[in-house]
Amino acid sequence: MTQTDQAASGDISGAELRLENVVKKYPGQKTPAVESLSLTIPAGEIVAFVGPSGCGKTTSLKMINRLIEPTSGTILIDGEDIRKDSATSLRRKIGYVIQGGSLFPHMSVASNIAVVPKMLGWDGKRITKRVDELLDLVGLDPDRYRDRYPRELSGGQQQRVGVARGLAADPPVILMDEPFGAVDPITRQRLQDELISIQRELRKTIVCVTHDIDEAIKLGDRILILQEGANIAQYDTPDAILAAPANDFVHDFVGAGSSLKQLSLARVRSLELIHPTTAKIGEDTGPAVRRAEQAGDDTIVVLDDRDRPVAWPWLRQVRSHGKVQGEPRENLVTLDQAATLNDALDTMLTAAHSKVIVTGDRDKYLGVLDFETVTEHMRKTEREAQDHA
Amino acid sequence: MPETRPVDPDTDEIVGDDDVAPATSARVITREMVLMLVVPPVLVAIVFGIFVWWRQTAELDSVEAQQLRWSELRSLGWEHVQLTVVAALIVVAIAVPLGILLTRGKFRAASPVVIGIANAGQAAPSVGLIVLLFLWLDGGFWTAIWALSLYGILPVLRNTIVGIQGIDPTLVEAGRGLGMTSAMTLVKVELPLAVPVIMSGVRTALVLIAGTASLACFIDAGGLGEVLQTGITLFRFSLMVTGAVLIALIALLIEWLGRVLELATRPKGI
Repeated sequence: MTQTDQAASGDISGAELRLENVVKKYPGQKTPAVESLSLTIPAGEIVAFVGPSGCGKTTSLKMINRLIEPTSGTILIDGEDIRKDSATSLRRKIGYVIQGGSLFPHMSVASNIAVVPKMLGWDGKRITKRVDELLDLVGLDPDRYRDRYPRELSGGQQQRVGVARGLAADPPVILMDEPFGAVDPITRQRLQDELISIQRELRKTIVCVTHDIDEAIKLGDRILILQEGANIAQYDTPDAILAAPANDFVHDFVGAGSSLKQLSLARVRSLELIHPTTAKIGEDTGPAVRRAEQAGDDTIVVLDDRDRPVAWPWLRQVRSHGKVQGEPRENLVTLDQAATLNDALDTMLTAAHSKVIVTGDRDKYLGVLDFETVTEHMRKTEREAQDHA
Repeated sequence: MPETRPVDPDTDEIVGDDDVAPATSARVITREMVLMLVVPPVLVAIVFGIFVWWRQTAELDSVEAQQLRWSELRSLGWEHVQLTVVAALIVVAIAVPLGILLTRGKFRAASPVVIGIANAGQAAPSVGLIVLLFLWLDGGFWTAIWALSLYGILPVLRNTIVGIQGIDPTLVEAGRGLGMTSAMTLVKVELPLAVPVIMSGVRTALVLIAGTASLACFIDAGGLGEVLQTGITLFRFSLMVTGAVLIALIALLIEWLGRVLELATRPKGI
């Protein structure tokens, strides 16, 4: 499912990544950290590397951009051996996103993002344009954020800039090392949604290391579950892994609740959305309120000029102004269409509002998901499962 | 504050995420820093004012008057500043590159040894160091400069090494992972982040050198130590106090200068 519905938008800009019998043995160690890893990652897919700590997943990742040199074996990007070029020029062609963003604290947001383009010798105008484009892509207003310093940003915003920095030179392959490990759960879920939304547009080849199986299920087109020594326990789509764990290790790792985990496979976009009354910023309040009253809504979704939801006031709040008012967009909790039903329930619980706004590419408004639709879907899946059994 | 997200109509409780940006500015200037920048020059001006008043009104005998001529004081003060600044520049020129080298690859192993030597150099009594060099190189300005530089190297060297080693290693790896060469990582990431620590070492060195420069007069290299020394040998209380006060004022001013430098070189954002 994940593969087919991600093919809907954007052309693949990623490249195929192949590891052939890759071994990493540290001097003085009896057993190799990576015993012999062979793996093909198709162009334009997200593959999540998961496994217990010390299983060699990070080592495997760092061998792809040669932060760690393999002892033997070959790694090919788009059919080309990564040892053909110098390590530094290879790394400039591979995006790298690290936990917490790892932004350089003494550089502004714009200079952080511009690091790789600058090294590649882009001219100033092109870099400025690219920085603004990327900030917009990761959901930060360029005018507000480009000149800030990392310490003036929240953890989630830093991580967003980190993603933008990794994407800066438009690399075909992007490596992510525990990208969302350092932020709180709600922010993490939003960042995951945004990454999926960005990927829908860009179709890069992304390798993402995580220790969180839920994150792997949510992000990965495929999941690579590794055992000690980077031995592959299973490499398959999330559905296949949940439906048929290859062995006891995978079964234990995925967790006993894996039938409930199916909830994190179902995406918001597969459910029907409701469409309450919307209004544009600056519109006269009168007609908007009338529309809402006719439709029987007690709230109005306010959109900005790019159709992004910015506020979700009650009618009584709308009435107190002559024109429809907007708010800073980041204050509104929304859900990407790629979010899982798990996330949707989470968000509804914290929003104390049994509905949640769903957005698509570049935060464009799609509709509203309500609690009944989710529960109905859950009941239906349960019935189907029982019928099946 | 206008309500921005769905609010519970009963409690008016706003529901939101915990991901709120800290409301700080890029450059932090605390009250303490402001005080440190304003108080020393004011203090120096007041004490110097009192000294001028005393100097103009006091009755001095011919020896004192000779030694406390304004032109004499001015040239000794200037010598003192020259000794301090030139020695400090040499210290920076030697200790910073040496410190950087000692954090690179295979040289890292040598850093405890070099720090040990620098420690020993500092532990040696400064008079001893100056006299030793005098025996070897003869007296004069440059001999004093070498002695003072040797004496001031330790804080800068140690802070350069500590400053670079103290950088979050994930930032260095981030630099490498983005495709920076080692030289670029050094210049664009490691050094800027280490600057505050290095500069605080420079300030310490400046103060050390400014104080120790009072001993330069023993090897005929001038400086305000001369007023003090004359006062001691001829037992003129006014000369001793004048020498001590002027040296203290210069040391205070130089320490203040170090603080200004520290603040001015601190990269924005940290």
